[in-house]
Amino acid sequence: MKPKSQLTAEWLDIGPMDQLPAMGARTLPVQGGEEIAIFRTAQGEIYALHNKCPHKGGPLSQGIVHGTEVTCPLHNWRISLASGEALGEDNGCVPTIPVRIENGRMYLKRAEALASIKQDVPA
Amino acid sequence: MNAPITHPDRFVHDPSDDRPHLVVVGNGMAGCRAVEEILARDAAKFRITIFGAEPRVNYDRIMLSPVLAGEKQYEDIIINDESWYLDNQIALIAGDPVAQIDRQSQIVTAQSGQIERYDKLLLATGSDPFVIPVPGKDLPGVVTFRDLDDVNTMLKASEQKGGKAVVIGGGLLGLEAAHGLHLRGMDVTVLHLMPTLMERQLDEAAGWLLKDALEARGQTILTGADTQEILGDRHVEGVLLRDGTRIEADIVVMAVGIRPNIRLAKEAGLAVGRGVHVDNDLLTSDGNVLAVGECVEHDGQVYGLVAPLWEMCRALADGLTKEATGYTGSVTSTKLKVSGIDVFSAGDFSGGEGCEDIILRDASRGVYKRVIVKDDQIQGAVLYGDTSDGAWYFDMLKKGRDISDIRDNLIFGQAFAEGGGNADPDFAVAAMADDAEICGCNGVDKQTVVGAIKDGSQTVDAVRSCTKASASCGSCTSLVESLLSLTLGGDYEGAREEAPMCGCTSFTHDEVRKLIVDKNLKAIPQVWQELHWTTPNGCASCRPALNYYLLCAWPGEYVDDQQSRFVNERLHANIQKDGTYSVVPRMWGGVTSPKELRAIADVTEKYGARMVKVTGGQRLDIFGIKKEDLPAVWADLNAAGMVSGHAYGKALRTVKTCVGSEWCRFGTQDSTGLGIKLEQMSWGSWMPHKFKMAVSGCPRNCAEATIKDFGVICVDSGYELHVGGNGGITVRVTDLLCKVETEEEALEYSAAFVQLYREEARYLERTAPWIERVGLDYVKSRMLDDPDERAALAARFRLSQSFFQDDPWAKRAAGEDDKLHQHMAEIRPMEAV
Repeated sequence: MKPKSQLTAEWLDIGPMDQLPAMGARTLPVQGGEEIAIFRTAQGEIYALHNKCPHKGGPLSQGIVHGTEVTCPLHNWRISLASGEALGEDNGCVPTIPVRIENGRMYLKRAEALASIKQDVPA
Repeated sequence: MNAPITHPDRFVHDPSDDRPHLVVVGNGMAGCRAVEEILARDAAKFRITIFGAEPRVNYDRIMLSPVLAGEKQYEDIIINDESWYLDNQIALIAGDPVAQIDRQSQIVTAQSGQIERYDKLLLATGSDPFVIPVPGKDLPGVVTFRDLDDVNTMLKASEQKGGKAVVIGGGLLGLEAAHGLHLRGMDVTVLHLMPTLMERQLDEAAGWLLKDALEARGQTILTGADTQEILGDRHVEGVLLRDGTRIEADIVVMAVGIRPNIRLAKEAGLAVGRGVHVDNDLLTSDGNVLAVGECVEHDGQVYGLVAPLWEMCRALADGLTKEATGYTGSVTSTKLKVSGIDVFSAGDFSGGEGCEDIILRDASRGVYKRVIVKDDQIQGAVLYGDTSDGAWYFDMLKKGRDISDIRDNLIFGQAFAEGGGNADPDFAVAAMADDAEICGCNGVDKQTVVGAIKDGSQTVDAVRSCTKASASCGSCTSLVESLLSLTLGGDYEGAREEAPMCGCTSFTHDEVRKLIVDKNLKAIPQVWQELHWTTPNGCASCRPALNYYLLCAWPGEYVDDQQSRFVNERLHANIQKDGTYSVVPRMWGGVTSPKELRAIADVTEKYGARMVKVTGGQRLDIFGIKKEDLPAVWADLNAAGMVSGHAYGKALRTVKTCVGSEWCRFGTQDSTGLGIKLEQMSWGSWMPHKFKMAVSGCPRNCAEATIKDFGVICVDSGYELHVGGNGGITVRVTDLLCKVETEEEALEYSAAFVQLYREEARYLERTAPWIERVGLDYVKSRMLDDPDERAALAARFRLSQSFFQDDPWAKRAAGEDDKLHQHMAEIRPMEAV
């Protein structure tokens, strides 16, 4: 797939919000880095996290979204979409990426989105 | 449903009975309630005769809205049936209204000419709907909303497909009528003269929320709409507004208000104003004539709600039988009976000098709460969306309680303000005052319920039949349960052993399922709203369960909610620990062919699957498929004639077979053939949990049928049917259900068993624990005792299957929900710069 994303100095345009179903998620692979999961809650808030549960690496994007949490499909860990922290008895945290919405389009904070890339990142 | 009462065994007074004669004019809620209160105090004091204009027994008029909405039947809203009149020796003269009162001779004359002499006369003539005096108001098709005949007229109008209804009046009654007609499939327009709905009960903000919610359901709401004329020649055809707007209508419901029916009293020369004047003992200007209910005016007030009526009846009965206690007027509260929309209001919310507002808005939950406080006392309350604390605010309002100590937390409700976050649902009930109202529909207070429990009513049903608490709309059932457990402690048999479904609700699985059917709930958000879910959109535990319960209850009607499915059921494949998926195509009865095997081999190579494995259920499992490749894999498998194997679902998995009589020297029947037929009958069906079957061709049982949910063991004389087995952590061997002679019977019994399990087991409960819980005898009684019931179960399964036997892979391969499988975009930093 050709990259649709546009890079600006600070924010990456990842497309219109309506690509995301309410209480659902979609994925955004990062070449050379960690795949990002973009979530949309019932209230229409958008969150971005690494698509990787802190427990056993399960794909959070495939979990059930409720309130501002997602439940991991592998072992039912509950992860806060806002902080990336595991909730309840479990401990762990998955990196989050700041999201900005403008005119119905979603933008990810560039530095955090690319932070997982191991190689040198072009400035 | 509406036959007039005939009187073959009607009670007639013995002429020698010389007790004082109490004649009641009006067989409605007020008249009968007054009689009940009198009987409860002194059952022998009066000889009682009741006249009713309607040809029916006493029914609950406030429940006409649910009848119109299809949530109740007339039979459900009868308060006192014929046996009540007989048992209490009350002569009922129904369908023959009183035409005249002669106070001089103490005689009433009915329309038919029947005459009754009275010692005490009780007027309970209620009120009449107000009809606005516009041209066309008398056209056929213009109805009011007051009695069962009106409801029947509306129901008749709603039978016509796509019919149009106009409701004039956006108050309590009008909105309930509009809701009912809308549910009955009519295209409904509400005309309201004022700028916001229910302006007498709701403030502007709540009025707008209500309008929004009703419009979202598909009703048209016109505010500031002034009706000029009702149009039509022989039958109503439309409504013309003063601004020139014309609205088509097949029926027009006038629900602009009611006014006390005072004709009889006025003609008899009693003092009247807006209503029949009464004093604190409900006596009119004539000491032998009393009046009660909506027809009276007390201290300048007339009431059109049910709660004041209960209070009047108590005072009236006290005055007639023992010491007068006096009625001192009522503070009223209202609740709108539109399912899914919770609105409560009480007291005065107009504000004014010295009044302060405490407001809570929670847009995401659609909650608006406003409490009006003056001099540290509650003046009024308007609640929208969350009305659970309505009774608490109302109680404090009536008592004038000083709220300064709880003011900071007042708006958050009783549990928070008084309970210090106490999560025990019984706590709030324990804290209620003795005279706090438990059941608003029937005016039953806490001490009455507690008294009934102490007198031996130890279940909700017993309390219900004894006190009528929770007998009408049922919304106070949980309060009654709390009182049972508080009063009886550990002795309360009905104390729930079952844990709630999840942290989002206090209802158990079984209760939720029952309520889904009883309340006709057909969407997950509707369940949350109606059953007061405590979370905005459930959790990962209740969402899949609700989705299953709804699709099981309403096959073909319920729209599956993909976001409430576990990932495997959403992606129709099994997620593996590395995030890839495994794919199991269906092989009927475990039989395959070179074509199918070739397709599986090709798919394995083409999509780089790392492993193909034979499963325990005799199928082939292709491991390591990427989410993005799934639709293409399915397209290839479909092309070879294979459909989804549902190895990922709470669904029929596989039917394992041996080769049976076709090949095996021990085989007694065609076990492979039966297995294929079983699988073709039941594939695609969603279940509470995974469901496995097997057919063995002889008692050597090579297909391991005795550790399956449904297993068949073929014998020379027929088929042994076994149920409730599984492998897994706790192995359970099946129980023998019965033996049948033919293959057709084996299929029929299997369908019936599957359906019984689908309808009654809890989500994520396999057949083994389900049968352990309900007992084999129960399952046998449902399956074997009555052939008709078995046939009905099987028929419901076949009906459900007519909707669900639809290969999900084919739909996905054709592009349905393609976004589920695709990345939204990709970030390639090196290229993009």
